[in-house]
Amino acid sequence: MQLGKHKKISHLLSAAACTLVGGGVQAEEMLKDWDIDTAVLIYNETDRVSAMEGVVQATKDFGEGHIFSGKLVVDSLSGASANGALPQPEAQTMSRPSGKGQFETAAAETPLDDTFKDTRVQINGQWTQPLMTDLRASGGLHLSKEFDYQSIAINGSLAKDFNRKNTTLSVGFSQAFDQISPHGGRPVALSDMVIDSGQFATDQDYWDAFDATRQTAGEDTKNTTDLVLGLTQIINRRWITQFNVGISDVSGYMTDPFKVVTQVDDQGNAVAQTYENRPDSRSKAFFFAQSKVHLDKNILDLSYRYSQDDWGIDSHTLELRDRFSLGGKSYLQPHLRYYQQTAADFYQRYQLSSTALPDYMSADYRIGEMSAYTMGLKYGRELENGHEFSLRFEYYQQSSSGPSSDLPALNGLELYPEVKAAFLQLGYSF
Amino acid sequence: MIYLRTASLTAALLIPLLAGCSHLGVSPWERDLLAKSEMNLDAEGVDLTLDDHVYFSKEGTSGGRAFAGGGCGCN
Repeated sequence: MQLGKHKKISHLLSAAACTLVGGGVQAEEMLKDWDIDTAVLIYNETDRVSAMEGVVQATKDFGEGHIFSGKLVVDSLSGASANGALPQPEAQTMSRPSGKGQFETAAAETPLDDTFKDTRVQINGQWTQPLMTDLRASGGLHLSKEFDYQSIAINGSLAKDFNRKNTTLSVGFSQAFDQISPHGGRPVALSDMVIDSGQFATDQDYWDAFDATRQTAGEDTKNTTDLVLGLTQIINRRWITQFNVGISDVSGYMTDPFKVVTQVDDQGNAVAQTYENRPDSRSKAFFFAQSKVHLDKNILDLSYRYSQDDWGIDSHTLELRDRFSLGGKSYLQPHLRYYQQTAADFYQRYQLSSTALPDYMSADYRIGEMSAYTMGLKYGRELENGHEFSLRFEYYQQSSSGPSSDLPALNGLELYPEVKAAFLQLGYSF
Repeated sequence: MIYLRTASLTAALLIPLLAGCSHLGVSPWERDLLAKSEMNLDAEGVDLTLDDHVYFSKEGTSGGRAFAGGGCGCN
């Protein structure tokens, strides 16, 4: 019996070894007709989140416009994330989202929940083919899974060429189904965080109080419908441009289960950390324009996006890439991006405990008023075997803003801290 | 309301653009520069995927180039 088992294992090992040795050649043969782009990104925020993300994108042209494209993305992140609470003149203690344990925040510091940790795997597949002369169809599937979140999306689009293929009109549709199951459950909207300061006689008393702030029913899904109309136009031998307009309708659970709004007394002292609540529907619309111009020694890529939604967030994004040929087969590409947004109507940095709670409120800086810029530089080089190697560095800085406070306890405290991040990406295409 | 404004904006932009488009463009033999892979509008595909993920998790709006796709719980 034991011998038989060993025999089986040795057969398996031999088979695996053969696959590795012979498979190298086979794999090379199989990948011959594929375009493969790979990249690894290392992302680091000052004192907050750090992440690592890998992408493999494979595209194969089966001829006559039949194209398959697949993408695998794996990322892992950990670190600290602002939970929305106010800094205070004294040190603060808060419960972790799971209810298990607490974290301390020093006096005058922004409370950061340092238990943030997740790994995500995303797979995309897209098939494109002609339907008739100058008309193409494309359909795709998107799957994304992380510890407390999963998403499935389908998309379909049609593109029609006109004017000797100089003009392309397209229409696309996408439907995404997301499911949210946060660690520690979804808090009851606008309930107060239970913090064990020694007031509970037993552990069970604490857990009873904690469980009373958790939802046992209600919406834990989110559905997103996107519709995009696009126009691509070749202007002349050196200039191509694109315009997209789109609408997006989101319904379901959009509250961030880890975020709170601090309730303060009339002096600015925290009296409660109250879980946020966001509307369960959001309608968005955007306009996007991009131009790419081939100059003598460089290629300019300029884009602009305007977006607005019924939460009150309007945003402008301006982005520029300029690819300079360094002669031979290498290039240098500076990148600049500027972003600004207005705050959601229900964004508020804190809540006065003497006033009634609104239906919706959030102190999440990501839906507050902000501006951000990115500066980056990419170097790419085509190797002798035709493969391409690239290295990219980006620096991102986000500045939040909002009304200042004249409450004495908040005097001199940083209510809208900056977020700074740097990322480095290594790419290889073959 | 947002959809109505978007529709009006789209019509206002697309109608004159489409009318003008027929006068624009190149002949097939003039596509030497446009045919380069770096002239594709999504030539930086992998970079854009990674950037979108960063900005999606840090800012209140996202998308534009294509579908935003499914979400993620990124904080």
